[in-house]
Amino acid sequence: MTGSLAVATTAVAHAETTLPAVGAQRAAWLLLVFPLFAAVVLLLGGKRTDRWGHLLGVAMPLAAFVYALIAFAQMLGYPGDQRSRDVQIYNWITAGAFKVNVGLQLDQLSICFVLLITGVGSLIFIYSVGYMADDPGRRRFFGYMNLFLASMLLLVLADNYLVLYAGWEGVGLASYLLIGFWQHKPAAAVAAKKAFIANRVGDAGLSLAIMLMFTTFGTVSFAGVFQHPGAASPGVLTAMGLLLLLGACGKSAQLPLQSWLLDAMEGPTPVSALIHAATMVTAGVYLIVRSGPIFDLSADARLAVAIVGAATLLFGGIIGSAKDDIKKALAGSTMSQIGYMMLAAGVGPAGYPFAIALLLAHGFYKAGLFLDAGSIMHGMKDEVNMRRFGGLFSVLPITFTTFAACYLAIIGIPPFSGFFAKDTVIDAAYHDGTTTGWIIGTAALIGAGITSFYMTRILFMTFFGKRRWAEDAHPHEAPRVMTWPVILLGLGALGFGAFEILGDRLSKFLGPVSGYTPPEPGVFTLAGVVALVLAVIFGVVAWLMYGRRPVPEIAPAAGFPVTAARKDLYGDAINESLLMRPGQWLTRLSVYFDNRGVDGLVNTTAAVIGGTSGRLRRIQTGFVRSYALSMFLGGVLLVGALLLARI
Amino acid sequence: MSPGNFVALAVVLFVIGAVGVLVRRNAMVIFMCIELMLNAVNLAFVAFARMHGNLNGQVIAFFVMVVAAAEVVVGLAILMAIFRTRRSASVDDASLLKY
Repeated sequence: MTGSLAVATTAVAHAETTLPAVGAQRAAWLLLVFPLFAAVVLLLGGKRTDRWGHLLGVAMPLAAFVYALIAFAQMLGYPGDQRSRDVQIYNWITAGAFKVNVGLQLDQLSICFVLLITGVGSLIFIYSVGYMADDPGRRRFFGYMNLFLASMLLLVLADNYLVLYAGWEGVGLASYLLIGFWQHKPAAAVAAKKAFIANRVGDAGLSLAIMLMFTTFGTVSFAGVFQHPGAASPGVLTAMGLLLLLGACGKSAQLPLQSWLLDAMEGPTPVSALIHAATMVTAGVYLIVRSGPIFDLSADARLAVAIVGAATLLFGGIIGSAKDDIKKALAGSTMSQIGYMMLAAGVGPAGYPFAIALLLAHGFYKAGLFLDAGSIMHGMKDEVNMRRFGGLFSVLPITFTTFAACYLAIIGIPPFSGFFAKDTVIDAAYHDGTTTGWIIGTAALIGAGITSFYMTRILFMTFFGKRRWAEDAHPHEAPRVMTWPVILLGLGALGFGAFEILGDRLSKFLGPVSGYTPPEPGVFTLAGVVALVLAVIFGVVAWLMYGRRPVPEIAPAAGFPVTAARKDLYGDAINESLLMRPGQWLTRLSVYFDNRGVDGLVNTTAAVIGGTSGRLRRIQTGFVRSYALSMFLGGVLLVGALLLARI
Repeated sequence: MSPGNFVALAVVLFVIGAVGVLVRRNAMVIFMCIELMLNAVNLAFVAFARMHGNLNGQVIAFFVMVVAAAEVVVGLAILMAIFRTRRSASVDDASLLKY
């Protein structure tokens, strides 16, 4: 199976038409209304909603999840090629030939996201009730979280790029508000700004892509753009793909816009779990997969996606291996895992189902890992330094068990979800058949090893070894409202693999959208086995370094590679020296020019006029008779001049 | 009597008026000198009308009289107001409006 063959089949598959929704699916707008209602009530209701606000904030996502299940069940009742359904809500913009309807598209791809967002989201919301119990801003927190949920659902349900963009900006806003939720901490305020600015760069890319679509195809709806994407010239398609990739890089924290994600960990831990691990940061992958018909026709854009994915995969993994802050280590891991998804998406139609499979599996296990980190912080007085953990497995048994479940899933031990998702990604890269495919596949293989290394490191530093706790730490298991969501996520992380393994179910389900039907699979591919062996080897190395040897409480001095990784591989330094400093110089230069050049000219003119008139003013003596004399002399002069002219 | 004499008389009256305006301090006297200048001009207009044999100069003399009457009304009112507040009619004293 080569890449080009996959492309050939796609052209037909994407021609699949979208039918109008009937029955329960016609009420798809309920998905948006539920969380939006909670957000409006909680944010406008003020303090009087403090007592019951969190209950409303949890009930609405659950209601959305129940509706999503109903819509999903209805979708399963249709044959495969009729599952894409459209709900038109209202006519947003009409300007000549340009029409934009607010419409929701329920198809196989969007329903996967809707189920993930509302399902995993609901669990995280329930967990937040316990995690934020002592926070005076809990109502505001639930308001923002519901706002996020509504925007994210709008993003994945939109049936055109403009409405998608509205959701895209909405999740960016919610992310900003939630990273800076504790805005009294300067670090949180700065992190929120950084995330917002990095996202703006990406958003500019997406908006340019949308404008390019409008000028090229005259429409921005998915149906319109994907109908004849071949009508555009290859150069335009590549530009479109690269601009979409820029948008995806911003939202999904891929190189070169990766630096905000590590700082985003300043937000409350449930935010890190929902927005910066499970859902929002995967929106970039959604964008690429959704825009498949454009990428199918531009090999260069696909290659760029794969390269960005492979680079970020290694980049994030290396950072994650050196961080002592448990949340930042997990954030590095998130970057790395999204790199996997981008890589798979860059492979083309053959990679799309695997990108989505990994995305869904990652949604479960990474949300679980973050919530476990939150439980540990809850018990350890908000300590995040893993060098002050150790030996926690006996005091936090539930947290340890769920963490271990997610651990097995993420490092790709069969038969859990990570194995089937990630190894198929690697396999898909190799199956591309080209040299680039081999290079990218190898990067992915190394990435699998690194994943195992940093996860094993986190596991041993946190749960095993000597107890290196602070003097006054009394770790205790979290209340049940926090443990049950994590247990369910852990089960999901383990069980999702089974869902994936049985006859390539997800790939076949996504087939009509991704335009790829998998060949009969061999579960244990060669790449998969190599990845497994690498994972075990790197895991053992991590055990030798952090399990067998004692972990010092203060990070020991280290050589260049480790120092570099601790400093986010100089991502901030590069941004600072390449963008921030020159920007500052530019502003300083402009200020200087404005002060000295523009203001100087204006001020000099004003000073000259002012000085002259100051002197001229002295003529006004207030002495009436001298005025009369000057009038008289003037009159004489005038008459004299007239007489002279006459003569 | 030739009209040239009237013009000469007008010039003399005008110069007397102008000198009066320039050298006297009492606002009342200055005012009367201005009237003298206006009437000198009227006289010149009427004399020129006679010399050229048309009525334009005489019509303008009427206009000047109307304007002069209006000017007297406003000017005397101002003069009264100043005199009430300052107890003086000297134009040199009313010198507040300056740099």
